[in-house]
Amino acid sequence: MATAETYNYKVIRQFSIMTIIWGVIGMLVGVIIAAQLAWPELNVAPYFNFGRLRPLHTNAVIFAFGGSALFATSYYVVQRTCHVRLISDKLAAFTFWGWQAVIVLAVITLPLGITSSKEYAELEWPIDILITLVWVVYAIVFFGTITKRRVSHIYVANWFFGAFILTIAMLHIVNSAALPVSLTKSYSAYAGVQDAMVQWWYGHNAVGFFLTAGFLGMMYYFIPKQAERPVYSYRLSIVHFWALIFTYIWAGPHHLHYTALPDWTQSLGMVMSLILLAPSWGGMINGIMTLSGAWDKLRTDPVLRFLIVSVSFYGMSTFEGPMMAIKTVNALSHYTDWTIGHVHSGALGWVAMVSIGSLYYMIPRLFNQEIYSKKLVEVHFWVATIGVVLYIASMWVSGIMQGLMWRAVNSDGTLTYSFVETVQAMHPFYVIRMLGGILFLTGMVIMAFNVFKTVKGSTPAEARIPEPAMAH
Amino acid sequence: MADFVSGFWNWYIIVLVVLSILFCWWLVITQSKKGQMSGEVKPTGHVWDENIQEMNNPLPRWWLMMFYITLAFGSIYLALYPGLGTFQGLLGWSETGQYDREMQKAEEAYGPIFNKFANQDLAAVAANPEAQKIGKRLFSTYCTQCHGSDARGARGYPNLTDNDWLYGGEPETIKTTIMEGRNGMMPAWGEIIGNEGVFNVAAYVQSLSGRDVDPVVAAKGKEIFATTCAACHGADAKGTQAMGAPNLTDKIWLHGGSDKRIKETITKGRQSHMPAHGEFLGEAKVHLLAAYVYSLSHQKKE
Repeated sequence: MATAETYNYKVIRQFSIMTIIWGVIGMLVGVIIAAQLAWPELNVAPYFNFGRLRPLHTNAVIFAFGGSALFATSYYVVQRTCHVRLISDKLAAFTFWGWQAVIVLAVITLPLGITSSKEYAELEWPIDILITLVWVVYAIVFFGTITKRRVSHIYVANWFFGAFILTIAMLHIVNSAALPVSLTKSYSAYAGVQDAMVQWWYGHNAVGFFLTAGFLGMMYYFIPKQAERPVYSYRLSIVHFWALIFTYIWAGPHHLHYTALPDWTQSLGMVMSLILLAPSWGGMINGIMTLSGAWDKLRTDPVLRFLIVSVSFYGMSTFEGPMMAIKTVNALSHYTDWTIGHVHSGALGWVAMVSIGSLYYMIPRLFNQEIYSKKLVEVHFWVATIGVVLYIASMWVSGIMQGLMWRAVNSDGTLTYSFVETVQAMHPFYVIRMLGGILFLTGMVIMAFNVFKTVKGSTPAEARIPEPAMAH
Repeated sequence: MADFVSGFWNWYIIVLVVLSILFCWWLVITQSKKGQMSGEVKPTGHVWDENIQEMNNPLPRWWLMMFYITLAFGSIYLALYPGLGTFQGLLGWSETGQYDREMQKAEEAYGPIFNKFANQDLAAVAANPEAQKIGKRLFSTYCTQCHGSDARGARGYPNLTDNDWLYGGEPETIKTTIMEGRNGMMPAWGEIIGNEGVFNVAAYVQSLSGRDVDPVVAAKGKEIFATTCAACHGADAKGTQAMGAPNLTDKIWLHGGSDKRIKETITKGRQSHMPAHGEFLGEAKVHLLAAYVYSLSHQKKE
């Protein structure tokens, strides 16, 4: 069988190209809603109101852009580190078309106002069922390929991808449990504070497993590959993997500090979020220290720079997160723009940058064609980095200012600022945030152009599976 | 016990939490043993995808320290604060307890400032510059969302500066409005008087404030008005403050004065709601607010 001797690159090519397309679309919607916050006149009722576009933005960047990147890289990594072709081309193709169908349905239903109103899980029940189906097939393809591997040890990147796939299945099914009343409307199986807790158990672990574990899988393959250096510490990878997946699952209640959630639940959420700091940083150390002995490569290699800067942002936001989970800090930061800045230092700085770096690594190999312009990769790096910095710095200032203005009181105990005064004070930072977003989007458009020029006229690569190196 | 349906869940949580934290302790302790920290640094011998290898570097000491510190902090925190099931923690802290303490502290510190005006006549409070300053601050926090920063209102929310009152502008009436709230209800007449009826009444209502309308149509509307609308708005259409029915002869339109909006109001009716603030703010603050709102339309007289 000829196909058994080559890797399945087709499905990876499809997911890679869609990652870039959804990235441009999702970030464009992000820029639009950032502009709507700065200039509310831009809300066009009812389909293009902030309230309907915001879930479209989050779904497009997390599940369409991030999700496609995870599918592409996990299929690439699992094949190459198991030295075996995906177990089924048909099932892999099903995950591609199924996932794209989910996204297209999201793009249609969300502006129409069809929503379950659960944050990061807005899609209604028929789409939820399709997601479940695609996810089960994804798990079959991924774990099936692992079981057929031709090397005895499972590479660390695959542990992270595996944990991500299993946990997301559990989170999605539990959180989406609902009673349908029509094709487009359902009610959550949970009520009141239980609903809030299930929602944030899901929500925070979507961050932990979708946006962290999965992307750590990327980091563990593409950094050693691009740097051509061995992974810094095998032991660290074991310890921080188990500690990370074990601790993350507890951290959800820190989204519900000082609410109707019982005191004991809040305390546990805070304590576990703090303990999560070291396990999170384990990944950063392993990523950055892998470069020891090859630091000079950062000067000349923009792809490696994307990867390493992403890990630095990962370290920064996983320090910020536990800090914000401390109740006293949370009392200031909660409900302010600080949270938005924190999310984007993770989403843009870590998730998007590591995906972009991985794509720049994979695309020349998938299409058997050198990248069209290394210069443009360089430009993309700087435009994106400046964009992230503008975004998070403006939200820090705006968020902390907002929190301080809310709690300021006069000598008679009345509030110093009315709500609208805080909104007014935030306006300039909203404009800066939008500029940061525009820069990041510009970088993504540059990438789309560069990749288009690279791919145009190329012949898809057929990579032969090399013999595994002998284990010692 | 309030959070759990049975004692089982209490122990379920305690056991899980303790085991989890012990697991983390065990993990870091075994990893920081001497034997783990020394030895030659070399590749583990596994090779993937032609050239990916792994070194066996020991865990960085500062990283382990950080892990220890967070674990120690967490363990102490769970001893002091609620977290282990129904165990309240050694400090006996609770969220509601903290809230009550802070509210009490605020009451002690700020209560006297508000209370000293509580027994004064509202008109006198309205004339007091210090009271006015406090009243304005309270207004910016609690009232501007609906009535606007300038208190001039918006469609559906009355202007408080024009001396036109739905429920009456006496100082005590204003205070009652803020204390107890108001529910304005104009019934829907569309199905009862029909499209033509709405058309006619709308013309009559507009004629009351001097608009140019077809006199024949307005005359027909006047008949309906006398039997249907006068009960609340009065035979002279000047409104009834006891039920919050607005004066229709002036040029002030709470829900919009265009022909279209007036017809919509008659056809579908209107529901207005001013929330009660008495329980929420307490009478002393409402007293100051009422005096401030009163002053907005009486500044020249003082």
